[in-house]
Parts: sequence; structure tokens; C-alpha cells
Amino acid sequence: MEYANLRRQAASLKRSLFDQGYLDEQFCQVEDLQDEASPNFAEEVVSLFFKDSARLVSNIEQAMEKYPGDFNRWDAHMQQLKGSCFSIGASKMNNECTLFRNSCGEENAEGCRRSFQKVKREHAILRQKLESYFQLLRQAGPARTATRSGGK
Amino acid sequence: MSTAMVSEPHVLAVDDSLVDRAVISRLLRSSKYRVTTVDSGKRALEVLSLDRSVHMIITDYCMPEMNGYELLKRVKESAELRGIPVVIMSSENSPARIRRCLEEGAEEFLIKPVRSSDLSRLCSRLY
Repeated sequence: MEYANLRRQAASLKRSLFDQGYLDEQFCQVEDLQDEASPNFAEEVVSLFFKDSARLVSNIEQAMEKYPGDFNRWDAHMQQLKGSCFSIGASKMNNECTLFRNSCGEENAEGCRRSFQKVKREHAILRQKLESYFQLLRQAGPARTATRSGGK
Repeated sequence: MSTAMVSEPHVLAVDDSLVDRAVISRLLRSSKYRVTTVDSGKRALEVLSLDRSVHMIITDYCMPEMNGYELLKRVKESAELRGIPVVIMSSENSPARIRRCLEEGAEEFLIKPVRSSDLSRLCSRLY
């Protein structure tokens, strides 16, 4: 069945996202909140995440430009982004956010700039990978039973 | 005005994060709570002044302008609101922060990510 094949592809993609450290267990917790009443909850939350995180990234970018050396301000913005990453299990992004915050703590502007580039890169990569994942799930259609596959 | 008992307890969830509001709202609804979400302590107090049906407040600790601890204090200082249980959520497991909130009257301090088992435990204790 084509749908079964698509589901297998989606599961395999999800497994690889865990294996490569892009996602952690929290993503499974979000998926587990899906049920018949909210069958697309995970995709909705991830969509919200990328809309909101794009705004937060922009805020950080502006803060770094308009308030050079204001590490407290930069850190406060990044704390918000890190929180969102944590909530959906965006593990690699979360780690890069932590490194940025560490650089803020050290008042290391160059370190912040390098970390921020990595945050943006991981953001773009994760968006592309999760878009592929959810596209496969949409093509596969609704699952007959709630199963947790491919996660750690 | 007394709060009417309803089959589903009404929870006011406060979090400045859009993503976290979506997740906590879903968690609460799947645990059979009726949920209102707001994005700040200030908005929470506005809702509480207009709506007397709130049975519990669950709030993030780290929020700009008014954090969860400050919201907790305002609730506990209010004669009308102090009977409402307040639960604090935080991604940081800080013993000093936890102690401060519990001493101020927080019902519970939950470390994020909040699980449905945390909410089930709360529900069975409070209702």
C-alpha cells in the first residue's frame, strides 16, 4: 500500500532526526497530545513554532544591531527562543541557543555572533526537515491507531 | 459572587510563549479542564477581575514585565483571588525559586516540560 510506504518513510525520517540530534523526546510528547479531536496538533504546534521563532530570531538580530554590547538584552531575547525550542524538542537549536547565552554570560560578542549564525542555520535546516516529515504524513493520510514510531 | 461548580474545572494558563500556550492548553484540555490562555500576568489579572469562574491558575515563571512569582503575589494579596490555587511552571529547576514560590503560597511548582501526569496529580489533589 502506498500509504503504508509513506508512513514508513515518515517514520524513517523522524528516526533520522532523532539520530542526528535535531529532535529529542519532547517532540514525541507533543505528538502524543494528538487524538481524534486534534489529529494535526503536532503539525499545528510546529507551524506555530516556526512562525514565532522567525519573529524571535528577527528580534535578536535587531537587538544585536541596535544595542551592541547589551548582552542582557540579547540574552533575554534568546531565552525566549530557547524556551520555544525546548517545548517542541528542537534539540540542536536548543543547544545552539545555550551556546549563545553562554557567550552572553561571558560578554563575548564575537562568540554571540557565531552562535547566532548557527542558530539561524539550524532553524532553517529543522524547518525544511519537519516540513518534509509533515508532508509525508499528510500524503499518507490519518493513522488508524495512535502509535509512536521512530522516536527515542 | 460564588464560583459555580462545573463539570470541568476552569483553568487560566499564563505564558508569554505562543508555543507553550498551545502545548499547555492542549494538555489541560486533554485532562478535561476548560482553559483560558493569556500571554502575560497583566492580562491574567484583567481576566480574573472579570471572570469569577477560574478554579486554578497555571503560570510560567519567566515572563517579561510581571513574572509568575509577581503574579502569584498579586493573587495571594487579593481578598477576592487568594483562594484560587496557583501553579508555577518553569524550565529552570532552581531550589531557591521553588522555595520562594511555595512560601508565597503556590500550590505546586512544575518543571517544564509539564506532563499530563503532573496535571492528573493536581486534579486529583484539588478536586
